[in-house]
Formats: sequence, structure tokens, C-alpha cells
Amino acid sequence: MSRLGPRFADLKAQNRAAFIAFITAGDPHAETTAALLARLPEAGADVIELGIPFSDPMADGPAIQASSLRALEAGMTLPKVLELVRTFRKTNKKTPIVLMGYYNPIHKYGTAKFAKDAGEAGVDGLITVDLPPEEDDVLRLPANAQGIDIVRLATPTSNDRRLKTILDGAGGFLYYVSITGVTGTKSFAEGDVRAAITRLQAATALPCAVGFGIKTPEQAKAIAGFADAAVVGSAIVERIAAGEGIDAVISYCAELAAAVHTARNGTVIG
Amino acid sequence: MTTPNSFRTGPDINGHFGAYGGRFVAETLMPLVLELEQAYEAAKADPAFHEELDGLLKHYVGRESPLYFAERLTNHVGGAKIYLKREDLNHTGAHKINNCLGQILLARRMGKTRIIAETGAGQHGVATATVAARFGFPCVVYMGEVDIERQKPNVFRMRLLGTEVRPVKSGSRTLKDAMNEAIRDWVANVEDTFYIIGSAAGMHPYPMMVRDFQAVIGSESRSQILEREGRLPDLVSACVGGGSNAIGMFHAFLDDPEVEIHGVEAAGKGIDTPHHAATLTKGVPGVLHGSRSYLLQDNDGQIIEAHSISAGLDYPGVGPEHSWLRDTGRVKYFSATDDQAIDAFMALSKLEGIIPALESSHAIAHVMRVAKDMPKDAIVVVCLSGRGDKDANTVAAVLGEKL
Repeated sequence: MSRLGPRFADLKAQNRAAFIAFITAGDPHAETTAALLARLPEAGADVIELGIPFSDPMADGPAIQASSLRALEAGMTLPKVLELVRTFRKTNKKTPIVLMGYYNPIHKYGTAKFAKDAGEAGVDGLITVDLPPEEDDVLRLPANAQGIDIVRLATPTSNDRRLKTILDGAGGFLYYVSITGVTGTKSFAEGDVRAAITRLQAATALPCAVGFGIKTPEQAKAIAGFADAAVVGSAIVERIAAGEGIDAVISYCAELAAAVHTARNGTVIG
Repeated sequence: MTTPNSFRTGPDINGHFGAYGGRFVAETLMPLVLELEQAYEAAKADPAFHEELDGLLKHYVGRESPLYFAERLTNHVGGAKIYLKREDLNHTGAHKINNCLGQILLARRMGKTRIIAETGAGQHGVATATVAARFGFPCVVYMGEVDIERQKPNVFRMRLLGTEVRPVKSGSRTLKDAMNEAIRDWVANVEDTFYIIGSAAGMHPYPMMVRDFQAVIGSESRSQILEREGRLPDLVSACVGGGSNAIGMFHAFLDDPEVEIHGVEAAGKGIDTPHHAATLTKGVPGVLHGSRSYLLQDNDGQIIEAHSISAGLDYPGVGPEHSWLRDTGRVKYFSATDDQAIDAFMALSKLEGIIPALESSHAIAHVMRVAKDMPKDAIVVVCLSGRGDKDANTVAAVLGEKL
């Protein structure tokens, strides 16, 4: 079964938000990703989002586009992404892993086979950016049968009618895209995001995460004051791209995690 | 109008042509894509919309375009009578303007104030820049750096028309990357921006909408050949990159079983080499740019670079309706190599005094090949989708001449 439900329940009991760290699998090498995965939980990542690299990442800004290309050039493939998860699970049974990517590699792999292999590898959730609810039965049904949640996105353009469609079949958490734009580009307006999260929390019992525009510990802290989770991707990926070592990337993630975890009561719990 | 077994009733309500098509877009775009579909359906039902579009097609584009009997080409080939549908004579020199006019009228109807587009060869970019100028919209066209280099005259034309050409440096720096970048722009500017897609590809409703705006090619051809020859042709053919001129040409003939239909893809350096754009011949179904269709991809589902000497066919995907027509067998898809296209380009120039676009030259090459073995009273109609002036540099380079 997905580890997302229990993880968010624990956090709620502690009255703190989750820090979700995104990295692209295989960026710049599989070894780097394996080392980061192993240390992200101790750095305070409550959930790990692992990007499946794709040649044409249409919803991503320059940082994640470049990370995808680096990973592909180094030979990362979807079976190897699952291998990374399998290795991680040998030592970590608790931290949920959500795979985020585009539909075509999964389509090519075969949706039923992918759901089965991902479930066995220890994947807890899937975000498929270009697979909207209208088209996702083919993946959602076999994934749910394996205990994997389909994590859906809501955006500033999601009206009430659209939100209903998005929530029907959504699992794990609801991912709010804080800007109209691609990853790592614009910055959000806090008031707008707060209003949006209030609206989403009224519409669903799922935890509501915010991502796409969080670049600093200060922004992460502001979001964690009212949302159930803060996702940081591009800002971490940029540090990997700059050639910062694993220790430096992990300590930056620890800084982000501390900001998220202290947002509500000023102390780090657990 | 349509029979129970019609090939002309698609797509269904979710934009599917059989197993192909659909709306595979990021959630931010879903409400826009649904809104666009509603707006298009409303426009389609509005006689005033058609009246304005028809007037522009007549007085601004110069329709209808001639159906020309290529007598010397026919004698040279020595088989079926070859007719050329002269889309090269349209304003801006290609079929692309038919669709751009339709879409910009829709943009205005929807209250949008900014236009974006992608372009490969630059023909769709020029057509979009043209209608943007005509209707007074600011316009940004995304174009791969590689294509900017090989299509300089079209880049200059777009700038003359007041459009900003934004070079795309990501990925392979060609058409697919230009489309990625246009989609990223659209996601970031959802309130005011209308995306004019030039190919019969992308997310629903684009493949349907582009086909409808290009269907004038086939419906004119059909009545013109009936008037000239008193019967339907034996073969209709067009080149296929994304497939907009082809679907426009084919659609009127899909329910005429006596008419054989051939699409012609770019075989580049050969379909058994890695350097081609023959998606329907060598690809497998996948999802890119909003729809499920045949794609050039590797075993991991990563998109493979296409290659063609003609920038307009240099695309690793194809419109979903073509994928469906391929699987049903109603349309047969062939390919022509770079060299064969160049030969056809030279032949048409010297025999008919018509310099064809390299894209269209692929269809001419195929038709020259098959018309030879057809009886002399057989009739072939081929879409001459654009003029070849833009390709002068490319062809000169092949011939070893410097301009």
C-alpha cells in the first residue's frame, strides 16, 4: 500500500507540513541519484519526488529540462528509474516515493506492466504531467490495484467544475501548481496561493501540496504555514547542475526542510 | 451526407480518431483547451463566421486555387494524367494561410489579444505573421535555431510583418522543440494568448479544426476535377509531415471508394537509415504534443530526431487522423527520399515552369513513380502545397552552387 496516507497522517498529528524534495533520476548520473536518495530522508525530506527524464518535457522550465537531458545523455531509462527505487527500498521502508514524469515513456513501457513493476519496486505515487483525468484510466486502474496513488494537479486555471473532475480518482495528495507557467520560472503571490489552498482544502480531504514556484527556504516556510506540503524542485536541481557536491545539496535540502518544519510552531519535532 | 461507414465523421466527443488523438496536456491548459473547443463549435455553427472567412479566402488569399493539368509532366512520365492543386499560388505561397485565417478569426471571437505559433520551414510562421499583421495582433513565433539557419528568408519575412521570431535553443532545435516552447509560452500566458497550431496535430480540437480549415483544398479539387473530367480521380496524393495539407486534400475524398489515396512521408536519407521522418512507416504509437499518434521514438519512449531535407516535414510525429486512416487502410502511406524529392523539384521546375516547395516535391516524386504504371486515361490529383522559392539555398547547396 502507498506510504503517502500514513506519512501525511503522522505529519498532521504533529501539526507540521511536509517537505517534498524533487530530483531528476540519473542527473547527472545514476550514482548521484542513489546517493541523494539515501540521504534525503535524514535531511528532512518527508516525501521524495523522483523525476523520470523525458526528451520533451513541455511543462518544465530550463533547469529541469537541462536535468532531463543530462540524465538521458548519461543513459537513464525508465527501467533504471525503477531500479533506483528498488535499491532505495532496501534500506528505507518508510519514506514515500512519487515518480513524476510524462506519459510517453510509461505508454511505451506498457501501463499495466509499469504499474506492476513500480508497485514491486516500492513506488507510492505517480504524477503524469500530460495525462489528464479524462485519459488516465489506463494507468490509474492498474496503479491503484498495486496500491499506488495517482497524484493529480490543480492549477490557478482550475474552476469548480474542473476541480471535481480532478478530484475524482485523485489519491495521495493534491498538488497545487502555484503559478501559470512551467517549473522554476515565475514566483507566486502568497495571498493568491493561500486563497487557492483554502478553496482546495474545503473541496477535498486529501493533503494539499504547493509547488512549481518555491525557490528559497523563506518561501517554503511561508507556504508551509498554511499548505500541507511544500515542493522544491528546480532550486535543488540547479545546485546539482552547478556541480555542488552531494554534501552541499543535502545540507541545502536540510535547510529547506527545517524552514518547512518550523513554519507553524517554531520548533523542529522528531 | 455521411454514410454509416463514413470515414468523415471523426473525431468523437473526446477528440479521438479510433485509438488516436485526445487531449494529453498539462492540467493548466485543460480548461483552455475545453474552452477553445466550445468556442470553435459555436463559430462553426455561426454563418457570419463562415461568411467572413470565405470573403477573406477569396479576396485576401486568392481562392479558389487552380487545378492545373500538368501536360508536359504527364507526357514525361508517360502514364496517368497528372493534375496539380495549386496551393502554391495562395497569398504567402502555401496552404498554411487557409488555417491561419480561420484560427485568427476564432482568436478575435474569443477576445484574445496575443498570438503565438511554432514553425519549422517558416511557412506556417509567415502565414501566422501575415494574419497577425492583417488583424493587428502582436505575435511571437517560436523557431528552432537549426531551422532559422536554413530558412533565413522566411525569418526575415516574419520580422518584416512585425512578428517577433524567438529562437529555440532546447533539444534538437527544430520543429518539435519549437512546439514545446510554444506550449510553455501558452501555459505561462493563459489569459490573453491564442496558440495558432499549423499542423493537423496537437491536442483536440486542433487536429479537427486545422483539418476543417484546410478541407477547402479537397472540396475545391473534387468539384474542379468533376467539372474538368466529368469523374472523380483514380488517385489523390499529398505530402505528410504533421499532415495538414494532406488531410485537407484527402478529407473530401475519404468516402469515395473508387478514389485511391496516398500520403507521402519524408524518407530523408532512406527509411532503413536513422535519418528520416517517415513516422507512419517506421514509427509506433505514442503520446507527444497533446495527442496519441504514431511517433518516432526509442525503446524507452524518448522522442527520436527526425530528418528531412525539407524543414516542413522534419517532425517525429504526425496528425492523429492520419494514424487512424493508416490503421483502417483507407489511406496508404509511402515515402520519398531527399534525393527523389530533389529530382522531382528539378523536373517540375524544368517541365512546367513551376518551382515547388521541397515538401510538395515529395508528393510529386511519389506521383511520378506510380503514374508511370497507370493507364493514360487514369487521373491523378496531387497537392502542390507550396512554392519553392524559400528552398533555393537548400537546393543550391545540394547542387554544389553558391548563391
